[in-house]
Amino acid sequence: MSNLVEVKNLNIRFTGERTVHAVNDLSLSLGEGEVLGLLGESGSGKSVTLRALMRLLPKKRTQISGSVNVLGQDVLALDDDGLSAFRGQTASMIFQEPALALDPVYTIGRQIAESVMRHEGKSHAEAQARALQMLEVVRIPSAKRRLDAYPHEMSGGMRQRAMIALALACKPKILLADEPTTALDATVQIQILLLLRELQREFGMSVIFVTHDIGVAIEICDRVAVMYAGQIVEQGTLSQIVRTPLHPYAQGLLASTVHGAKRGARLETIPGTPPSLDKAPTACSFAPRCRYAQPRCVEALPPDVQVGPNRTARCILAEPIADGAAPARAADAVAGGLDLA
Amino acid sequence: MTDILDPLDAIEKLEPIEDIGGVAQPLLKVNGLTKHFPVRGGPFAPSKTVRAVDDVSFAIAKGETLGIVGESGCGKSTTARLLMHLMPSSSGEIIFDARQVGRQLSLRELRRGMQMVFQDSYASLNPRLTIEESIAFGPKVHGMADAASRVLARELLGKVGLRPENFANRYPHEISGGQRQRVNIARALALSPRLVILDEAVSALDKSVEAQVLNLLVDLKREFGLTYLFISHDLNVVRYISDRVLVMYLGEVVEVGPVDEVWDAPAHPYTRALLAAMPSSDPDHRTQVPPITGDPPNPIDPPKGCRFHPRCPFAEPLCSGATPKLTELNPTGHQAACTMAIPGSGHSRAPAKEVQNDVDET
Repeated sequence: MSNLVEVKNLNIRFTGERTVHAVNDLSLSLGEGEVLGLLGESGSGKSVTLRALMRLLPKKRTQISGSVNVLGQDVLALDDDGLSAFRGQTASMIFQEPALALDPVYTIGRQIAESVMRHEGKSHAEAQARALQMLEVVRIPSAKRRLDAYPHEMSGGMRQRAMIALALACKPKILLADEPTTALDATVQIQILLLLRELQREFGMSVIFVTHDIGVAIEICDRVAVMYAGQIVEQGTLSQIVRTPLHPYAQGLLASTVHGAKRGARLETIPGTPPSLDKAPTACSFAPRCRYAQPRCVEALPPDVQVGPNRTARCILAEPIADGAAPARAADAVAGGLDLA
Repeated sequence: MTDILDPLDAIEKLEPIEDIGGVAQPLLKVNGLTKHFPVRGGPFAPSKTVRAVDDVSFAIAKGETLGIVGESGCGKSTTARLLMHLMPSSSGEIIFDARQVGRQLSLRELRRGMQMVFQDSYASLNPRLTIEESIAFGPKVHGMADAASRVLARELLGKVGLRPENFANRYPHEISGGQRQRVNIARALALSPRLVILDEAVSALDKSVEAQVLNLLVDLKREFGLTYLFISHDLNVVRYISDRVLVMYLGEVVEVGPVDEVWDAPAHPYTRALLAAMPSSDPDHRTQVPPITGDPPNPIDPPKGCRFHPRCPFAEPLCSGATPKLTELNPTGHQAACTMAIPGSGHSRAPAKEVQNDVDET
């Protein structure tokens, strides 16, 4: 499987009144036709990572180092013309709040047609036809009439469908989704998730899906990367992460979901709060909240342990126990020993 | 902050609120609560009405937790605001422990007995007051001496898990969202209320922090003998914390009952759709078909008859006729407003009149 996206040692700092080390030494890859979930709480750097892939971060206040490679293009080196060709055609993005992401003074049809004309050089009539076709693809009822609707005339779920239509109008290879269902009602959220799943298969896209909701990740992702304090602390297939999380933070995050908890029983919690990120990490960022913390957790950065094919965990607990032991085995033993459920 | 009362009149401790109605009397009883917002159309268009809350009745027993669930625009937050009298209701009566609010019970007394925690932890604190001052504000308004109210504030900070020596003199912007929500809870408890309304109080928090705050709420309920009205769109949270649950759709109550019963045997098709819309927790069994299509309709001029009928897979002609009334399904207090659950209603799936009301599972 060739990788469409290859991010290596990405560091993102926001400078200004105070410095924020938003993303620290992050590496990830995205294969063809794959849905990768970035799972984490607010401030873990998942949206910042996504925006860096689209180069949407404010130029003046952001320092980016590392490499971001999308389809062989070095995204961090693109000039303005290159970027504008890249956005929409190679990679496209959908956002949490469609009311803010769509332009309020143009109709939906015109916004979609504009992007088709700009990227594919189509005539106005052809672009309008594509816009109509896209609205039908995302199953907006009476699509023809909706072409002339302004964003404010639509409901939240409908707007999110329109934004998906706009993002997919030029058939991008990669879709970046930044919590696209968080602002929606439960009955609408599931419709949008199923729609995205279907379109991903139909268009053969690769998707990076940012979410804080494990349930949403379960519905849509193939692979999951759990983020904490600007780092990926664990990566693996969806069922590996959900069933046998290795990193204590991933374990805590999964255990603290209220789903299925008995009334009256205490919920598992992770004590404390995430670090402030004003310094680059020199040790395990999770150590102050970790119940398995050892002295060496606070002395040096934990290794990014390759536990199995496509599975990593940034924790000393995931290290092979003895030399020569198969790493995956050792990790399983650790997972068994730490299983909280 | 200026002193609100003459120091000579200031009291050291708020008297606990007396129980009037006894154990059998519900702490809160709501009858026919209605709120209509007029919306002006264009200069020649007829004015319209948002029927935000329409004839809602329910009761909360002493010491129980009632959950309210529903999608945005269903009127759950408006209901909470009406209960607190943060906005006037169009009609309906609210009875707090056997005393009707407005007639036998003044607003001032009501707000001592009933307090609220809001979703936005930052917007609901005064940014220019320290945390200690915010918590002490209510007791001072109710006549407590400044020194005593500050002692109380520090004590409550400890109760919600914030060390007073670290937090008392900080301002809201200096602490995290989870900590701010703890401060809001402490402030709500400062008047030793009997009923606390939690309006999406944990919705804005991260999952691991949400679990901490939920544990705290359970502990405080036990310690202070509180009654909760817990409003949330998160069904998992509502199931965890509530004893009974009330499901709202477009300003109306469609189903109410003990939480396990509603979860195991939902009687209203909307409740069923809402439960089925929860994302799966098993990677091998993902949701395949959306339980219902379309968005919740606009509460301006809602559909006639049963408000759910345009989205309901089982709708029959009679559903657009009369509005189904909330009907008792069994002696546990499980009620639903659906023609399919009302015996002899004329719907083809309704149970026959004499037969036991078992709900048609589809």
